[in-house]
Amino acid sequence: MIEQQTRLQPPLGRVRGFGSAKNGTHHWWMQRVTSIALTPLMIWFAFSIAIRAGEPWEVMAEWIARPFNAVLLVVLTAIGFYHTAQGLQVVVEDYIRPDRSVMVVNMAIKAVLTLLALLAALSIIRLAV
Amino acid sequence: MAHSNDAREALMIGRRTDGTTVRRPLSPHLQVYDMLQMTSALSIMHRISGAAWSVGLIFFVWWVAAAAAGPEAYGRMAGFMGSFIGVPILFGITAAAWYHILAGIRHLMWDFGYGYDIPTTYRTGWIVIAGTAVMTVLTWIVAIVAWAS
Repeated sequence: MIEQQTRLQPPLGRVRGFGSAKNGTHHWWMQRVTSIALTPLMIWFAFSIAIRAGEPWEVMAEWIARPFNAVLLVVLTAIGFYHTAQGLQVVVEDYIRPDRSVMVVNMAIKAVLTLLALLAALSIIRLAV
Repeated sequence: MAHSNDAREALMIGRRTDGTTVRRPLSPHLQVYDMLQMTSALSIMHRISGAAWSVGLIFFVWWVAAAAAGPEAYGRMAGFMGSFIGVPILFGITAAAWYHILAGIRHLMWDFGYGYDIPTTYRTGWIVIAGTAVMTVLTWIVAIVAWAS
C-alpha cells in the first residue's frame, strides 16, 4: 500500500464491510449475478419464441402453461425486471441532478417495473394453474 | 457558470489552462469521448441497448398478459407484432438484446480480470459486433422459417 493508512480498519475491511451507505458492493454484485443468470434464460427464451413465431393462441398458451416453461418464465421475469431496475437506477444516478430528482425518478421507475413484473408473473401463473 | 444549490457542484468546477472556469460533466458523458474510438462507442452502446431493452420489456408483458386474457386479446397483440410497425420494433429489440448479452459477457470477462490489453479489447469488441449481427439474423431466420411453415 502506497497510501498512508489513517485508520485502524484495514482497507479490505472497508471494502467488505459496507461503507457509509451500508450497502457495500451489493448493487454491483447483484448486477453481475443476475446477468449470469439471465444469459442462459434469454437464449432459451429467444429461440423458444422464434421457433414458434406465428403460432396461434392455443399453441402459445399451452406452451407457456407447461410447468417447466412457466417456472422458467416467472424466474426470467423476476430476475429480468430486477436487473432492469438496477441498470436504469445507475443511468438515473449518473445523469440526473439534484439528489431529490434522482430519488423521485428511481422510485417512479421501480414502481412501474414492479407493476409490470407482477402483471407478467400473474399472467404466466394464471395460464399454468 | 450557472448557479447551483448542489454542494457537489463545487467539485465539478475546473479551470482551463488560461484560467477560465469550466463546468465539468457529470459522469463520463457522451461529449467527453471521441466517438470514433471503438472502446467508448461500444461502452455507451451497452447502456443504450440496455435502456432500449427496458422499454422493449413492455412487449414481453403484453405478450404474456394477452395470452392470459384469451384468444381475442392474443390475436390483437399478434396482429400488432406482425405488422409493419411491430416487426421493425421486434427486430430492434432483438438486436439490442443480443448486443447487450454479448457486450455483457465481455464485461463479465473484464470482471474476472481478463482481456484488458488494447489488442484484446479491440478483438473482443469486433467479436461482440459480429456476434450481434450473426445472432440477430439467426434468430430472425428461425422466426421467419417458423412463420412461413
